[in-house]
Amino acid sequence: MPEPTFEPRTTAAASNATPNAQAHTAVPTIVVVGHGMVGQRFLEALAERGLTPAAGGARVVVLCEEPRPAYDRVRLTSYFAGRSPEDLSLVEPDFMARHGVELYVGDPATAVDRAGRTVTARSGAVFPYDTLVLATGSYPFVPPVPGKDARGCFVYRTIEDLLAIEEYARGAATGAVVGGGLLGLEAAGALKGLGLATHVVEFAPRLMPVQVDEGGGAALLRTIQDMGLSVHTGVGTQEVTAGEDGAVTGMSLSDGSSLAVDLVVFSAGVRPRDQLARECGLAVGERGGIVVDEECRTSDPAVFAIGECALTADGRVYGLVAPGYDMARTAAEVIAGGRSAFTGADLSTKLKLLGVDVASFGDAHGAAEGSLDVVYSDARAGVYKKLVIGPDGTLLGGVLVGDAEQYGTLRPLTGTVLPVAPEQLVLPAGSGGGPVSLGPGALPDEAVICSCHNVTKGAICEHTTLPEVKKCTKAGTGCGSCLKVIGQLMPPPEDSGLCGCFPYSRSELYEIVRTLEVTSFAELLDSHGREEARGSDGCEVCKPTVGSVIASLAPTVGASGYVLDGEQAALQDTNDHFLANLQRNGSYSIVPRIPGGEITPEKLIVIGEVARDFGLYTKITGGQRIDLFGARVDQLPLIWTRLVDAGFESGHAYGKSLRTVKSCVGQTWCRYGVQDSVKMAIDLELRYRGLRSPHKLKSAVSGCARECAEARGKDFGIIATAQGWNLYVGGNGGATPRHADLLAQDLSDAELVRLIDRFLMFYIRTADRLERTSAWLERIDGGLDHVRDVVVHDSLGLCEELERLMADHVAGYRDEWAETINDPERLRRFVTFVNAPDAPDPSVRFVPERDQIKPDLELLAGPVLAVRTLEGTAS
Amino acid sequence: MATATITTARGTGSVRLAHGEDWLTVCERGLLIPGRGVAVLLPDGDQAAVFMDRSGQVYAIGNRDPFTGAYVLSRGLLGSAGGRPFVASPLLKQRFDLATGACLDDEEVSVPVFAVRAD
Repeated sequence: MPEPTFEPRTTAAASNATPNAQAHTAVPTIVVVGHGMVGQRFLEALAERGLTPAAGGARVVVLCEEPRPAYDRVRLTSYFAGRSPEDLSLVEPDFMARHGVELYVGDPATAVDRAGRTVTARSGAVFPYDTLVLATGSYPFVPPVPGKDARGCFVYRTIEDLLAIEEYARGAATGAVVGGGLLGLEAAGALKGLGLATHVVEFAPRLMPVQVDEGGGAALLRTIQDMGLSVHTGVGTQEVTAGEDGAVTGMSLSDGSSLAVDLVVFSAGVRPRDQLARECGLAVGERGGIVVDEECRTSDPAVFAIGECALTADGRVYGLVAPGYDMARTAAEVIAGGRSAFTGADLSTKLKLLGVDVASFGDAHGAAEGSLDVVYSDARAGVYKKLVIGPDGTLLGGVLVGDAEQYGTLRPLTGTVLPVAPEQLVLPAGSGGGPVSLGPGALPDEAVICSCHNVTKGAICEHTTLPEVKKCTKAGTGCGSCLKVIGQLMPPPEDSGLCGCFPYSRSELYEIVRTLEVTSFAELLDSHGREEARGSDGCEVCKPTVGSVIASLAPTVGASGYVLDGEQAALQDTNDHFLANLQRNGSYSIVPRIPGGEITPEKLIVIGEVARDFGLYTKITGGQRIDLFGARVDQLPLIWTRLVDAGFESGHAYGKSLRTVKSCVGQTWCRYGVQDSVKMAIDLELRYRGLRSPHKLKSAVSGCARECAEARGKDFGIIATAQGWNLYVGGNGGATPRHADLLAQDLSDAELVRLIDRFLMFYIRTADRLERTSAWLERIDGGLDHVRDVVVHDSLGLCEELERLMADHVAGYRDEWAETINDPERLRRFVTFVNAPDAPDPSVRFVPERDQIKPDLELLAGPVLAVRTLEGTAS
Repeated sequence: MATATITTARGTGSVRLAHGEDWLTVCERGLLIPGRGVAVLLPDGDQAAVFMDRSGQVYAIGNRDPFTGAYVLSRGLLGSAGGRPFVASPLLKQRFDLATGACLDDEEVSVPVFAVRAD
């Protein structure tokens, strides 16, 4: 067996393998062309059957065109939701090394010599094979319209395509997607997410013509238009027009209209990549696809083809991942000497497109003779459900748009006579006579729950946790649409307790503290903790949580409002304990309160002088404050004595509490302003300062609709109108940005404050630990509507109490730093060393950078270790 | 740090730390808050973190957080899991068993443990 003639660039795993040594052994060589989702599944199937170098079964070479190993193409769009390319990887980091697979990334196969049984890669390397497996996938079809190659035209298939679109979109305002199918809508969602005004152009008379029928398409259209996308159905793209610089300027459509766009994404279907097979003389279909038999073998018995490049024995090319996985399994089994056949696959799909559930399964279009439709349609709500029923009452298939809850149970029931009348399954909750909830308990053991990996209910029920199911059966690791049903099949978790010490959630503990007026953590743990935790020390999760709950309720239950009093001191995280923010080298940073971001020159000078005298690094924060970094523990009281003397107070940057209310300059100075946003921001900040909550709280006030204070990115944001104020809630920046939702509009000053009082106290009462308002609003039953009912319409009769709790807080507020520097007992804690109170910490040192200081990290250097993921780090 | 004066508390109710062949008196017992720690500067310039749990038991481990290199473990929160006391680093929250120094989140990592006496 000849050796490779040239050593191309390899991954670490490939270079760890020893191809030369193996080339002289008797094991056969399997060459896999293509490392996409199906290619990787095939490698896993080989490994399961011992056909790897590590198991001594075969030499395995993989040629991968893309610059990275297999990733989850189905979830490509989630890249724009903040997932990195690494998050999408489908390959365990040590997979190649563990199995001895030689993976060559960025080095596609360019030719196959079937007579000599070799594959040549682009790098020039030549690999001999005994068995060749083609998993080349498909390529996006670009309709041959004039201008299709203009600058600004893209396809949507790989991570590299996404990166290119993201880059180009920075200079674009409007985009169009050609194709309103599944991928087209995904691409449209991505463009919208990039801030582009987005058009979708679909030649068929409805969206997603393959998966849904006319009624489903109409429901989908309405929902997608409501999201602000412009949809043009029943029209073709005739030309992409470009300017003198060669960049896209627009499109002309077949109805004579035109669109001005800066960017075009073609998503008009895919075609099998069969060129390599054609060039080496393998049989291909008339309309493309490498012809294979039921064993996935091509016209050459030594060559297999699997996935989207294959034209299977039933005469189809499958563009879904589940049939591809089936083919991967079949080919691996046959190569291992077993028997297996791929005879066709179910085309059922369930997706969330732009937040809309869309599912179709079985005979979705009612093609079977004598079949009857049972339809429920509510165009207003964007819900459409259709079940196709055979003459004998058998469920043949269906389409679900807007609400696909039942997909997980209906799909496995396809082919059986339903246990209840079909109309009861499509009616919405709350209507007379329906719906009947047909849980997964109704399914027979042989029902296939995970169609990607062909796993039955019986196999899943052998396990008791979701991670175990995924590991042992692979169920739920494909498209993920069955995860909900798998979850329902698992025995309920023991409890939803806060941690190993308490069997109650944070909101339950809040109610216990409030109604029983508990003022001590130890008392709460010993009376309401888990049996085994009573009398113990609690843990780092429940201590700060209970500390925060007691602090929130302090004036009401009769606890001290000062977080460092008595037992409370031991509950606080270090930031709360030292009333400052711990930084990476053990030093602290200080943020004095600057309400509304308004500050006098005199106070600015004091901050400057303090920073200069203590050698602190200064930086302006995103919340219109000044952060002073690099203070040692023992310096904190000295610094704060100066700040308090000058009229500053704690800014609570260290607490799970109100951080800042930022503002634009407002009506006083700005020619557009319609209200005094600065005054309102100051009033709100002084009202809610020091309020302990499940997580930090941020706010902003904008003086007009131009929204310069970015109020809609805040937990509660206020935007001025000519009539008063609009209140928005549940916004967030950070890793999961969310625009705040309008809670109420045109409020007077008093109405606004009353509503915020109620909103904040309701949030503090019901949210989980470290749950920001954005996540809380999306989690709680009924969402925004429920919150509005409670805090605006007083549906629970709670408003009076919520207002009283806030009034107690406002009346009980004291500045923590003023109290601390006036109390010698408390000041004793602010030393680095208990046995050397005068000694500064020798490990906290600084080096110069850009005329200021930065931590001297070399001083701390040691072995580099992996870090545990932090919870609750949203901005 | 060589110029720092290391003061030692006297009398009964003091906390002492094994250092070499000696017992170093670090502070009065009353200075410890149950559930929290204090940092101790050792004569050789190293640092220890001393904790007292709710039952009054005292523990001492190295003050350096091996994940970040910062000398901050004394500022972490004390907890107990399965009856064993631990401290959670205030920086990235890894937990260390106070009796053995073993990191509970990474079996390959540990911090030193000091013998400690509290009268």
